[in-house]
Amino acid sequence: SSNGPLPPSDGTKRRVHGMLKMYYGMNEEGKAAEMAKSLDPCDINGPHFDHEVFLNKLRRECSLAELMDQETCMVKQIRSLDSDMQTLVYENYNKFISATDTIRKMKNDFKKMEDEMDGLSANMAAITEFSACISGTLQDQHAQITKLSGVHTLLRKLQFLFELPARLNKCLEMQAYAQAVRSHRRARCVLQQYSHLPSFKGIQDDCHAIMDKLAQELRQKFRDGGSSAKDLSECVELLLQLDEPAEELCDKFLSHARSRLESDLQGLEAEIRPYPSPSAVKDASAHRPVSAAAAGSPTDNAPKTSAIPSPTSNTDILEFIDRGCNEFVSSLCLVITSYQELFINHAQTGELASRNIPQMASGKLNAFVDDLAARYFSLVEQRIQEEKGVGDNSLLVRALDRFHRRLQAITKLLPGSAVPNQGTEIVMRAAKERVKQYLSALQSFYMDSLRDVRQALAAPRLSVAAASVAGGGALLGGPASGRDAPNSLPELLSSLSASILNQIKSVLASVHLFTAKDIAFSNKPYFKGEFCSQGVRESLVVSFIKFVCQSSRQFCDSAGEKGGSTPPALLLLLSRLCLDYETSTISYILTLTDEQFLVQHHSPVTPVTSLCAEAREAAQKLLNHYVKVQGLIISQMLRKSVETRDWVNTIEPRNVRAVMKRVVEDTTSIDVQVGLLYEEGVRKAHSSDSSKRTFSVYSSSRQQTRYATSYTPSAPMDTNLLSNIHKLFSERIDIFSSVEFNKVSVITGIIKISLKTFLECVRLRTFGRFGLQQIQVDCHYLQMYLWRFVSDENLVHFLLDEIVGSSAHRCLDPAPMEQSVIEVICERG
Amino acid sequence: MEDDAPVIYGLEFQARALTAQTAETDAIRFLVGTQSLKFDNQIHIIDFDDENNIINKNVLLHQAGEIWHIGASPADKAVLTTCYNKTSDSRVVSCAAVWRMPSDWETGSQESPDDSAHNPQTLELLCHLDDSAHRNAACVLWEPMGDGKRVISLADNHALLWDLQESSTQATVSSSATLEGKGQLKFTSGKWSPHHNCSQLATANDTAIRGWDLRTMSQIYCIENAHGQLVRDLDFNPNRQYYLASCGDDCKVKFWDVRNVHEPVKTLEEHSHWVWSVRYNHSHDQLVLTASSDSRLILSNMVSISSEPFGHLVDDDELSEGEDNNQEDKGQEPLQDSVVSTYEEHEDSVYAAEWSSADPWLFASLSYDGRLVINRVPRALKYHILL
Repeated sequence: SSNGPLPPSDGTKRRVHGMLKMYYGMNEEGKAAEMAKSLDPCDINGPHFDHEVFLNKLRRECSLAELMDQETCMVKQIRSLDSDMQTLVYENYNKFISATDTIRKMKNDFKKMEDEMDGLSANMAAITEFSACISGTLQDQHAQITKLSGVHTLLRKLQFLFELPARLNKCLEMQAYAQAVRSHRRARCVLQQYSHLPSFKGIQDDCHAIMDKLAQELRQKFRDGGSSAKDLSECVELLLQLDEPAEELCDKFLSHARSRLESDLQGLEAEIRPYPSPSAVKDASAHRPVSAAAAGSPTDNAPKTSAIPSPTSNTDILEFIDRGCNEFVSSLCLVITSYQELFINHAQTGELASRNIPQMASGKLNAFVDDLAARYFSLVEQRIQEEKGVGDNSLLVRALDRFHRRLQAITKLLPGSAVPNQGTEIVMRAAKERVKQYLSALQSFYMDSLRDVRQALAAPRLSVAAASVAGGGALLGGPASGRDAPNSLPELLSSLSASILNQIKSVLASVHLFTAKDIAFSNKPYFKGEFCSQGVRESLVVSFIKFVCQSSRQFCDSAGEKGGSTPPALLLLLSRLCLDYETSTISYILTLTDEQFLVQHHSPVTPVTSLCAEAREAAQKLLNHYVKVQGLIISQMLRKSVETRDWVNTIEPRNVRAVMKRVVEDTTSIDVQVGLLYEEGVRKAHSSDSSKRTFSVYSSSRQQTRYATSYTPSAPMDTNLLSNIHKLFSERIDIFSSVEFNKVSVITGIIKISLKTFLECVRLRTFGRFGLQQIQVDCHYLQMYLWRFVSDENLVHFLLDEIVGSSAHRCLDPAPMEQSVIEVICERG
Repeated sequence: MEDDAPVIYGLEFQARALTAQTAETDAIRFLVGTQSLKFDNQIHIIDFDDENNIINKNVLLHQAGEIWHIGASPADKAVLTTCYNKTSDSRVVSCAAVWRMPSDWETGSQESPDDSAHNPQTLELLCHLDDSAHRNAACVLWEPMGDGKRVISLADNHALLWDLQESSTQATVSSSATLEGKGQLKFTSGKWSPHHNCSQLATANDTAIRGWDLRTMSQIYCIENAHGQLVRDLDFNPNRQYYLASCGDDCKVKFWDVRNVHEPVKTLEEHSHWVWSVRYNHSHDQLVLTASSDSRLILSNMVSISSEPFGHLVDDDELSEGEDNNQEDKGQEPLQDSVVSTYEEHEDSVYAAEWSSADPWLFASLSYDGRLVINRVPRALKYHILL
């Protein structure tokens, strides 16, 4: 583009051009090159062209042939430029000629038009003149007509005013209150304005008097309240139009409604309160059997708790709630509807809306509803709290459902009201309270069952026939009534656990009513989530299981150390119960709960495993305690027998001492008892002559090796070696140690405790020759009978060895008895 | 920090009686009394050489009978008391007496240890602690930290306070208390309290623990059913005047505040059989030693009820010498009670355990088969307590 023919000396345009180029990001060099080019005096198209320089340059640089070519080229260019110029001149000339022609023709046309315009202006002037003339003549009449029309209107207004009192009176007579108010409203402003004129003043006074009367009548009508809703609403509307203060009207309306609702509430309250007069009491007692019969139910398994009706209530809760709903809630709804109709909906449409009446009115309504609802709720809660009997839950649930459902009507009427929410909260609280009651009922049921079991254990064993006849109701009045009294441990256990399980199931079924599909409030998030997981699962089921474990453990702690008041059989039975819980019952109950309640665990819940662990721990503790208690009973016998005898001066043994027989008998009966509830367990193989093992005082090899080692050193020695040698020979025996859940382990524990006591007591005494022999006889006797009970007969051997060995050491004249004689004595019994 | 291995010493006879030589504070020395019905009974004087880990023993003859209880005088290291059984005319009688060791037992034994084993010297009888009315002594207690002039013997249902006169060669009953009640009551054990100016005594009979005021010889408190079964032993906390430890046949060790006799402050159930002996460490009362017939010895660290519940808080002066450079930069949170260690060196029932009177970190235990084991508090714990 820089080479194109540009007008010379057009510096500004070039500058703009340059700036544009800069704007579009073209480099400076281009510009510089262009500048250089355009300044070139040899550029034949450039502005600074200098023909001298150009010619000199050509002459200097080009050969002749080139010059010739240049010259021809230049001549050719000059010629073509000449012809172009000629063509342009011609064209311009032709255009000029045609323009001149056109101008001449226009000149002629304009002249004709000028003449016609002159004619038109003359006509217009004539028309204006006529028009002015006409309006001048009509001016007077027009003013007169206007005036007359004004007077006419005024007169009609005045006539209306004068007729107004009569008209109002007539309306009053006809009870056309609406028309009267309309008329009065129309006149009111005028009368007000011209009240300084006496005549108008009179009219106004008359009107006022009439209107006051009218208002009086309306108010009377309003106060009577007996008129229909439509009348009432008309009444209120008119009163409002008469500038009657809306607030006062609202208050009046509400206080009117309140008195009616309060009588309803008093009716409800009277039902809660015990009847004061004797005649009323009589009436109540006449009423009571009916309500008691209603409270009883087929699912009722706990007669003690549910047979007693609430002492103060005279009607059941469903009736109570029904009455509350039908009387109080429905009339409350009616009041709300009509009130809203009167003060809020109407007012919103009319011009009264501007006076903030709807807001004021609805504020008053809310306060009114809240106040009455609170009183109603407190009554309902009071009544619910009286519902202590856990027998039949369906009545309560149905009552709560109805209560909740009817409150929903208020939601529809008063969308922002807190009343329905409060109602839901009451239902929630009632449900929570209910769960608590069920838990305590379960707990007391459990304790009652235990007491019954304890009685059954304490009762002397009756013959089967006698038990089935007499024991039936007498022993176990509570849970097992109606059946034969179980008289053996397994039966007691199964009846106990079955009755507990049944009770849990029936409680779950009762609680389940809260979440039934047809119950409206079961859709609330509380009843879907928290109630199921926290309420039922945690605070009912889990708490009960924990309670069972805990109360079981308490038997170990509180029973005292002396064997305690708890019968050992109960310990054994509870231990088995807890173990059963651990293995199956807990998971069964929890699965049952989860299935029934479709528990969704939002919050962390107690896992089955931890409950199981707790149950197992309780079972273990109980069993250990059982072993301890039984071991202690036998120990005590042995200890007394050793401590009270003068072993130095005793006579030659002829018999096994009675206490040993007693020990064997007791052990056997314990074995039978444990065998009823626990499996056999593993024992080591017996040697063929288990009962015939010989005791020899000095062949008690273990003792001998032991003292042999201690004779030699009498000085510091390598301790590791020594202890290792000893460990080779014996395993340490823990006397009071945890036992396994089987019969053999339990009996082994008891025997261990007894024999160890025997050993320690023997070591505290000094024996004569016959004393030692008596111990030999006794130990042999124990050996004959005890080996069969334990898991490892070597244990019995070892302990009896120690006893005989120790008594030999404690003997002044250790002359052991012949083994054959011992055997004869023992076999004789 | 390897702990030293326990040192074991074997006696020829069965033994139940063990005591530390109270008057001796330089050497670690224990006295053991044997039980044998056939041979002459002995008193073994066990010296423990801490540096070389060796035991030196000396034997003195106690020909009167088998020893059930032994007590060393707090003032004179040559004087001791024993309770022993004497059999005569096929009757077993329990007696108590005060003895003096022959003056040259130490020198003689060290020169020719073999001779002393063969020809042991005999104890010299100072006086009997019996009279015709009071027999069957269960134990004899020296006045703690006293001048070796007063002892109490517990015989059947009597507690007798004796005054020893003329170098202990004569003993007279200065006062006595009698346990009244149904049945045949018998003291099984007792302890003279080192607090309240040594005016209190605690005794055990059956399941009850009783406190006595020695000035009036009247009962001041009684913990009925302190243990489920027989109470075997008692010990006073050396630093807390109302605190008392007891043990018994219910396998438990209980700690009492005698101002509340209804409930123990703390109960330990670590043993699996009867607990026969309980001993507070003389300096650091959180360390409690218990011996049981389950053949175990257990060292417990009862920090929560000690006089130093936050570690080391007591003034250095109150501790024995040699521990003056203690630091007091302990954390102030209460420490947990714990079993420090269970010692399983014994093969038979352990009836006695004692702390050394010279070295607070060392203790001995004696099992029925005559095995004496000397152990130390684990070093880690020792440094934890000291630093």
